[in-house]
Amino acid sequence: MTLKTNLKNIFLVIFTTLLLSACSTAKKSGDIDGDVYTGKETVEFLATGVPDRVFFATNKSSLTTASRATLRKQATYLRKNKNLNVTIEGHADERGTREYNLALGERRANAARDYLMTYGISGKRISVISYGKEKPVNPKSSPLSWSQNRRSVTVKVN
Amino acid sequence: MKKIFFIILFNLFSLKNLHALIEIDITRGNLDPLPIAVSPLHVDISSEKVENLKIKDLGLNISEIIEKNFKSTGLFNPLKRDAFVQKPDIAHLKPRFEDWRLIKAQALVTGKLLIKNGKLKVEFRLWDLTAAQEMTALAFTTTPSNWRRVAHIISDKIYERLTGEEGYFDTRIIYVAESGPKNQRVKKLAIMDQDGFNTKYLTLGNELVLTPRFNPTNQMVTYMSYFRNMPRVYLLDIETGTQEVVGNFPGMTFAPRFSPNGKKIIMSFAKDGNSDIYTMDLDTRVVERITEHSSIDTSPSFSPDGKFIAFNSDRSGLQQIYVMRSDGRNVKRITFGKGIYGTPVWSPRGDLIAFTKMHKGRFFIGVMRTDGTGERLLTENYYQEAPSWSPNGRVLVFYRETKAGEKGEGFSAKLWSIDITGYNERRLSTKTDASDPSWSSLLSK
Repeated sequence: MTLKTNLKNIFLVIFTTLLLSACSTAKKSGDIDGDVYTGKETVEFLATGVPDRVFFATNKSSLTTASRATLRKQATYLRKNKNLNVTIEGHADERGTREYNLALGERRANAARDYLMTYGISGKRISVISYGKEKPVNPKSSPLSWSQNRRSVTVKVN
Repeated sequence: MKKIFFIILFNLFSLKNLHALIEIDITRGNLDPLPIAVSPLHVDISSEKVENLKIKDLGLNISEIIEKNFKSTGLFNPLKRDAFVQKPDIAHLKPRFEDWRLIKAQALVTGKLLIKNGKLKVEFRLWDLTAAQEMTALAFTTTPSNWRRVAHIISDKIYERLTGEEGYFDTRIIYVAESGPKNQRVKKLAIMDQDGFNTKYLTLGNELVLTPRFNPTNQMVTYMSYFRNMPRVYLLDIETGTQEVVGNFPGMTFAPRFSPNGKKIIMSFAKDGNSDIYTMDLDTRVVERITEHSSIDTSPSFSPDGKFIAFNSDRSGLQQIYVMRSDGRNVKRITFGKGIYGTPVWSPRGDLIAFTKMHKGRFFIGVMRTDGTGERLLTENYYQEAPSWSPNGRVLVFYRETKAGEKGEGFSAKLWSIDITGYNERRLSTKTDASDPSWSSLLSK
C-alpha cells in the first residue's frame, strides 16, 4: 500500500517536474516553484543541516523532490537519535474551508510520517496533529505567505 | 473565436443570475418593504418597580427591538415614530384606521404591559390598516428580565401572521469569538441572541475551539476542541456547563453536527491521512462508520428527515459535494459547476443545500437543490464560508474574513447574513471578531 502510494507519488513528482521545466520561466518567481515554497525564510532546524519542515502545493499532500530530501535528512537524524520522538504538525493555508483544511493538514502530516517510516523510523516515534489553517506562520494574505503556511513541521517531543 | 465563446458563456452566466433574482417566492416583499407602524407598548402606571429595569421606558424599548427585527428582514419598513397619530393606549383599544393610513402605514402593532406580583404581563395586537381589522392578538406572562425575549416572540408572531412563514427572532447564534493577532488567535465559544445582545462566553480561550453546532433543542452543543492538544469532538451542555469527549477515537475527530432528532452526532474521524464519516449514538454510544474511502470525506450534514447525508469529499480529485443515504449507500456527486465546493448544509425545510464555492480565488455562498440543480450564488467575497440556516430556511448566516497585510494587520472575521433570495446582506453585530456561526431553532417553540 505504502509502496504503491510512493510509486504513485514518484510518478507525480516526475510528471510535475516535467511540467514545471516546460514552463519554468512563467511559473518560477522568487521562492515559489509552481505553487510550492522553496525558500528558507520560515524554516527552522532540528539540528544543523536538518530543516524542520516541508512545503506543499495548494490542495495537495504529495511530497516534492526537495521535501523528500529534507525528510531523508530528518530520518537520518532520527536514526542517530534513537530516543527522540517527534510530532508532525500538518498545516493548510487560509484559502480553504476550515473543516476540509483540518483533513488536509492531517493528510500532509501523514505524508511526511509515511516517508520517514519508509526510511526506517518507527511509526511509534512519530505522532501527527493537524492544525488545518489555524496556525499560519506568516499572517499576510499573499501567495508567498500561503505557500509558507502549506507545510508539515516536525517538532521534537522530548 | 475563443473570445466569442467566452462572451457567450459569460452571458449565459449573467442570465442565470438575473433569472435567479427574479425567481423569488414570498420574500418578493423586499423589493417593496411593507410599511409598518410599531407603536410603543403602553406601560400601565400601576406597574411595580423592578431592580435594574426602567419600567417607564420598557414599552418603547420593546417596540424598538421589534422595529429593528423587522428592518433586519428587509421585508418591512418600520415607520418613524414622530409621525404617529395616536397615543399608544388609545391606539391599542382601537386605532383610527384612516389616520394611520394617512402616514402610509399598512400594518400597525400596538400593545400594553403591566408588572404585577413580580410578573411581566404583555399583550399586543396586529392591525391590518387597509382592511381596518385586527389580524392577531396575543397576551402572555413572564419574568420581567425576559423582556427582550418578549420583543422577539412578538416579532415572530407578527412575522408569521404577515408572511405565512415561521419567524426566527427568538433564536440564538453560537459562534467562535476571536481575538488577538492573526497568527496567535485566541478562540472562545460564544453565544448571543440573534440580534447581538446577551453575549456569553462558554470557554475561556485556553484551547483552540472550532465549529460549534446546536442540537435540535438548543440545550447541547457539539464542537471541536484542542483540549490537551488532542483535537476531538466534544459535547457541551449549555445549562450545566458539563462537557465530554464524543467517542473514543484514536485520532482527530472534527466537523461534528447533530442528527435531526438530536440522538446522534455525525463527524469526521481522521486516521493515517484519511478522513471518513462516522456517527455516534449518544444513548447507546454505538459508533458507526458511514463512509469508507481513501479520500477526504468531511463536513457531513443530515437532511431534516434523517434519510440522507450531504458531505464534502475530494474523491474526484478536488473538493465536491456528495449526497448519500444515511447508511452510506448510494453516494452521488451533486456539484459539477466550475470551481470547488465545500461545507454543504441541508436546509431545515429540506429543499435546498447551502454551500461554499471557491472559484478563481473568490469565495461564494450559494444554495442549490438537493440534487445539485438550480445552483444560485448569493454573495461573492475575498473569503467567506460556513453557512448556517435560520430555522425557517429563509436566511443564511456565515463568516467573512478580510485580507491581511504584512504583519497580519487589516485582518478581521465577522458574521454576515443574507436572504436566500440574494438580497438583504448585512453584518451581524458581535462584541469581538467572530467565525463559525450556528443558528439555533426557535427557543419558544
